[in-house]
Amino acid sequence: MKVTFKVHRFNPEIDKEAHYDSFTIEIEPNDRILDCLNKIRWTQDSSLAFRMSCAHGICGSDGLTINNQSALACQKLVKDYDYFKEIVIEPLKYFEVVKDLIVDLNPFFERIKSINPIEVSNPTIDELEKERTQTIEERNRFDDALKCILCGCCYGACPVMTEQDQEFIGPAAILREQRYIFDSRTTAVNERLQILKKPHGVWGCKSYFMCTVVCPKNIKVTEAILRTKKKIIQEQSKVSNRRETGGN
Amino acid sequence: MIHEYDVVVIGGGIAGLYTALTAAENVKVAVISKVHVTRSHSVSAQGGIAACLGNEEEDHWEWHMYDTVKGSDYLADQNAVEVLAKGAPNAIYKLENIGVPFSRNAQGKIEQRRFGGHTKNFGEAPIKRACYASDRTGRAIMDTLYDRCLQKGVKFHNEIFIQHLLFALNNCCGAIGYDIAMSTPQVFHAKAVVLATGGCGKIYKTTSNGYASTGDGFALALDALLPLEDMEFVQFHPTGIYGLGILISEAARAEGGVLRNGLGERFMERYAPTLKDLAPRDIISRAILKEISDGKGVYGKDYVYLDLREIGKERLNQKLPEITSFIQTYLGIDPSEKQIPVAPTCHYIMGGIPTDIEGHVLADKAGNVLPGLYAAGECACVSVHGANRLGCNSLIDLVVFGGRTGLSILKEINARIVQPISVQAESIVTDKISSLIESKGVECIAVLRENMQLLMTEQCSVFTNGQALEQTLLVIRQLKKRASNVGLANKSRIFNYELQEALELNNMLRIAEVIVYSALQRKESRGAHFRSDYPERNDEQWLKHTFINETPTGLKESYKPLAKGRFMLEKRSY
Repeated sequence: MKVTFKVHRFNPEIDKEAHYDSFTIEIEPNDRILDCLNKIRWTQDSSLAFRMSCAHGICGSDGLTINNQSALACQKLVKDYDYFKEIVIEPLKYFEVVKDLIVDLNPFFERIKSINPIEVSNPTIDELEKERTQTIEERNRFDDALKCILCGCCYGACPVMTEQDQEFIGPAAILREQRYIFDSRTTAVNERLQILKKPHGVWGCKSYFMCTVVCPKNIKVTEAILRTKKKIIQEQSKVSNRRETGGN
Repeated sequence: MIHEYDVVVIGGGIAGLYTALTAAENVKVAVISKVHVTRSHSVSAQGGIAACLGNEEEDHWEWHMYDTVKGSDYLADQNAVEVLAKGAPNAIYKLENIGVPFSRNAQGKIEQRRFGGHTKNFGEAPIKRACYASDRTGRAIMDTLYDRCLQKGVKFHNEIFIQHLLFALNNCCGAIGYDIAMSTPQVFHAKAVVLATGGCGKIYKTTSNGYASTGDGFALALDALLPLEDMEFVQFHPTGIYGLGILISEAARAEGGVLRNGLGERFMERYAPTLKDLAPRDIISRAILKEISDGKGVYGKDYVYLDLREIGKERLNQKLPEITSFIQTYLGIDPSEKQIPVAPTCHYIMGGIPTDIEGHVLADKAGNVLPGLYAAGECACVSVHGANRLGCNSLIDLVVFGGRTGLSILKEINARIVQPISVQAESIVTDKISSLIESKGVECIAVLRENMQLLMTEQCSVFTNGQALEQTLLVIRQLKKRASNVGLANKSRIFNYELQEALELNNMLRIAEVIVYSALQRKESRGAHFRSDYPERNDEQWLKHTFINETPTGLKESYKPLAKGRFMLEKRSY
């Protein structure tokens, strides 16, 4: 069957502003959107630029805006959309567009880096503990966050990031910090909470739940953020209780 | 642009990151990746990482070693396998200590499950040896390593495609490539260079590998006049999703899944009475294709079923959530209710760039080391996997030998002299790019690539024979010739993926030729290399490693004796 894709185009070498090109290709309802983009590139326009790698939703390369919602091109099939109409393919929102469907991900990875306190040291082979134990319950506290593939879909969907606070640290970074804060083996929990308490940190989240709605890995991102906020409040009240009782 | 480092690691998968992390002790380390870091194909590793922790049942490194040697169809070097099996537990503890979120058992210890070819007491029955993080083991290790590398100050250069290794006075002193964003040359000047570039599954039409797995590191080695070892041994994983090739981990069978033919029979009982569905991959892949050729495929077609229904919904969601979810996405099937159509898919390259057990790249079969150049991971051949790799042994290979590579760099780096790089280094890459972009060629990259992929999948996969190999070799050489005449419609210098694919196609065709040529020479069947014209293993003539060099007159083969060890040759039955 024939399906038409309306694709965002921008080539900084020649274009002053972005425009859209329509491509009609012969495909099957079970084809991945990524297969369609490749078909366009390999048979119609080799200049179309987009990222890809694993093609089955685990590497996080092909986060795009498909019919106005963040998604992974390799995880969505043609039949997931109303393919009697044009399917609109655009780059992830929030990020600066470099070319066609490619965005500058540096602000994303800088944030992932920023939640990593440098003080944490790696044990050397001589300092190895055999293995630290962790109960199944303890492990489950951060299991959901481990599904994150750093695709950036949540940044493209978050109204805080796209409309209110460009500097907001963003859902994926908070989620990754939540993973460490709730890991019973983490020694620098306090430092990590301090990082999230900074301006544009965890309190920037206004619980729009859009990250949860679009997350290609079905992570309950907003819930993880709320649990982190709760943890910060709990730690603060512990500190003020200690002050009031004079203990430590 | 010239970047100065002590150590440059090419490839940002688990082998690359683990080597970088180990070497980053007061040493300036950079990781260069063709994709963004955390996008490398190591993230696709699902089922687990092997080590004889004994957390679930008694286990010993000797048992792990025996299984690996037998799994390799006796082609692995036993000194290297001993290092792997002995070093595995400490490697897991190190991963755990730096924060890898392994799944836990009721005692709070790292949980372990069964995996193909891993047995207790030298082949008696399956053993729980695979440590894992649900079915996202690769992703979990990769994410942890990435965070730790950041903390150690490792620098990441993303989306750089390396084209050449740089040498001075027979020392490797760097690498040069271009940034995909702007197509400008990027020179990396270093005292030590590590190749950790992964495999080349994209040579085949049906593969579990990602788009980036195009054998670039193998091509870099050939350019540097280095040999490639045992390239005829290409692993086909038995359970790729039919048509798509996406991997369904052996963990699915470890948790209770079984293979069924079109008649509903558990056919593996006939091929491997002891291990059944947990036999090594080469044996199961052949069994599947045998069933299909006997007309017992599902509806007479070229696939069989993987039946996970016995596992149950709850356990599927708990132990195999990733697999359950993508089966739902791509096939619209709930694996707790319906069977999954599967067929073998190209998965792993057992051969590669020859190294010693400290990660040094070997310049020849005599074992001479090329100073300054190291290799680890799938692109390297130590050789621990021989003719067939066991499941879960690749991740442990990355960590054990990645770690050893990092340590040997640390030991040697201070004594290494910084070699100057030629001022013309940049022009190697600018000329290469310009000549492709300005080429008046008429050949189409996508067409040539598809020809190669179909040919390799149809002629040189689970079963092959001399005639098919000879025919394929001719066509691959024709395709190579045609590839030198490709024309690019896209003249842009910004994110020009047509340019990247042209370069990748050249790399893949070169490696395809090496694979087919190696297979043609080896007149026996061993592990993943099965020739219907020589269906038996021939230890008298072929218990040796293939070394292939590119020479001005074409490919030349030579052979290196095996490192034998404690385990004697046996008939390989399970």
